[in-house]
Amino acid sequence: MSLQSKLLWGGVSVLGAIAFAIVALTRGEPVNAAWLVIASVCIYFIAYRFYALFITSKVFGVDVKRQTPAYRHNDGLDYVPTNRYVLFGHHFAAIAGAGPLVGPVLAAQMGYLPGTLWILAGVVFAGAVQDMTVLFMSTRRDGKSLGDMIRSEMGPVPGAIAGIGILLICIIVLAVLALVVVNALKGSPWGTFAVFCTIPIALLMGVYSRFFRPGRIAEMSVIGALLLLAALVYGRTVSETPSMAAWFTLSGPTLALIIIGYGFVASVLPVWLLLAPRDYLSTFLKVGTILLLAIAILVVRPDLQMAAVTKFIDGTGPAWAGSVFPFLFITIACGAVSGWHSLISSGTTPKMIENEGQIRLIGYGGMLMESLVAIMAMISASVIHPGVYFAMNSSAGLIGTDPGHAAQVISSWGFAVTPDMLTQVAREVGEKTIMSRTGGAPTLAVGMASILSGFLGGKALAGIWYHFAILFEALFILTTVDAGTRVCRFMIQDLVGNVVPAFKATKSWSNNVVGSAAACVLWGYFLYQGVIDPLGGIWTLWPLFGTANQMLAAIALILCTVVLFKMKKQRYAWVTIMPAGWLVVCTVTAGLEKVLSPDPAVGFVSHALKFSNAVAAGKVLAPAKSLSEMSRVVFNDYVDATLAGVFAALVIAMVIYGFIHCRKALGTPRNTAVEIGGGLMAAGDD
Amino acid sequence: MTETFTTRARLVCDLVTQTARLMVGVPDYQTYVTHRQTQHPDQPVMSYQEFFRERQDARYAVGKGRFRGCC
Repeated sequence: MSLQSKLLWGGVSVLGAIAFAIVALTRGEPVNAAWLVIASVCIYFIAYRFYALFITSKVFGVDVKRQTPAYRHNDGLDYVPTNRYVLFGHHFAAIAGAGPLVGPVLAAQMGYLPGTLWILAGVVFAGAVQDMTVLFMSTRRDGKSLGDMIRSEMGPVPGAIAGIGILLICIIVLAVLALVVVNALKGSPWGTFAVFCTIPIALLMGVYSRFFRPGRIAEMSVIGALLLLAALVYGRTVSETPSMAAWFTLSGPTLALIIIGYGFVASVLPVWLLLAPRDYLSTFLKVGTILLLAIAILVVRPDLQMAAVTKFIDGTGPAWAGSVFPFLFITIACGAVSGWHSLISSGTTPKMIENEGQIRLIGYGGMLMESLVAIMAMISASVIHPGVYFAMNSSAGLIGTDPGHAAQVISSWGFAVTPDMLTQVAREVGEKTIMSRTGGAPTLAVGMASILSGFLGGKALAGIWYHFAILFEALFILTTVDAGTRVCRFMIQDLVGNVVPAFKATKSWSNNVVGSAAACVLWGYFLYQGVIDPLGGIWTLWPLFGTANQMLAAIALILCTVVLFKMKKQRYAWVTIMPAGWLVVCTVTAGLEKVLSPDPAVGFVSHALKFSNAVAAGKVLAPAKSLSEMSRVVFNDYVDATLAGVFAALVIAMVIYGFIHCRKALGTPRNTAVEIGGGLMAAGDD
Repeated sequence: MTETFTTRARLVCDLVTQTARLMVGVPDYQTYVTHRQTQHPDQPVMSYQEFFRERQDARYAVGKGRFRGCC
């Protein structure tokens, strides 16, 4: 290292340390968001330059001369050697989604500091390591998927375990994300109108790019974006005209049924008609909005209103239940570490990498970018007045539906707020009420509206910016719902096809209809249950989603560990053992607590018992309103408890298999990793 | 000086366009054509329209390893 670069990195470290000290140690006066960004970016640079480089050079031993699948199978289509910056953009667009935006917003109930610390530590030592290691392994295996790699390196049983895990996470992800949309749109004619408009706009774009101007992506996207903007602006008129507003003022259950029906229709329609154009719009809008938000935060440099640590650090917060350990680490999944990324890092990206030297930029760097998105979400949630934050994220069961009462309850928690403030924020963003809009998206939208309107347009545009943020989230969540339902359908067909072979034919129309219906029923069940859940749904479902996501990350990191042992790199295997161990401890503890905890707020079984005892005594417990609702709560509790238990069991089974395979690899003197290409064409022993 | 600047600006523009197109699953068409012409000169090359449709179907084809944006 030259003197110049020593000075440079020394400077980055000092700057990061100063920024971090300001963020972590300031008490009593608001901290500027810029310090949070500076601290994070310095940490990212240092981690990228030193830790990631150590992993690629020492642990992986990447070989820039080794042929990658992009060259070996070059077909100009799936396998194409691609410029690293282009591929970085592709990879980032594929991993960025609703997760890093919602998790940090929910975690802000404990204050911005605990969540931020986990996002930073998590991404450096777990998330980015996972993404990069899976990408590296898949690149050395012709771009094989995670499931295939687990099968070839660890055998069919762990492969099946991972398969079940992936199907479960898919179902929960779809349900939770759809719930976020429902909670953002219920009783909001402006938002509902704008989001509904995306369907005819997408159909128009689909027809345009199929028949009028085939394949003109830029043209159709610009037309779509302009129409979308028009719908967004006209939405205000809709919401202010009672006769039209009545059409678009929908209740939660109605919206849930519409989304379930939509998911079904969208997944059986030809892709070019609805899914593809929607995907184009949402991808560009997503990346564009993230860039815009980053610029706005740097220009506006807002102060963080939320305290560094709030009293809810003890686990009694209203947005989600549970203490810091393990539930904070479950709540912020994406942004710190996300198992979902292991599916994407073993998807299309490894088929386009030019050489192994670029794995660090794309795998590790891509995840660092996603983590920065999570930090921006944390900032957006923290620039809102804490009283408003808690009004938005507490269920009506806790704070009621009257602003006066809500303000009183929230002030009694120690976050002084007046009823006027709650109604004024609602009026500013063009909504009737902002209370109990759980799910993170509306909170993020209020935060983004406050930052973006400070950047452009001032208070007059706050309503437009708020609904723009809602539209941006709803659009890409609904695209995920379409695409996810298709993936779910395939997995169900694959699974059921083992018993009924005829069901495997994915070209059959009837199979598709049955498979899609089954997929929609599965996630729709959890969605509907969440929507009618008197506790607000997010309270119940988000921890399940987080557990599932971290479970998948644990599975992926166990695979990485096994492969490192097989490559005879056990000396360095702590790089993946450390995060894998942490995630196993977190998910198993969370899973078991969700099943066994005697606290009804945390444990599903104790909650069920509390309610079934009341049913036996003929009593109705709030927030349920009738005995039949009570029985439904009990049933749902047992379903959720079963799921949480299954997650914990899957992780434990994978740990055992991982251990067995590491021992086996230790006992073998040669490299037994099943790689393709390079000098080491070793055959696996499974 | 100005010439190198324009060449560079054009290069950056091309990269941005390529990135945006790859984000929605459509790789560079010219690269595909060059590949077919040099590696498989005796075989037909898809027109841009066919290429676009093929890529669109492939991106959303139900199958393994087709996971995208979620969290």
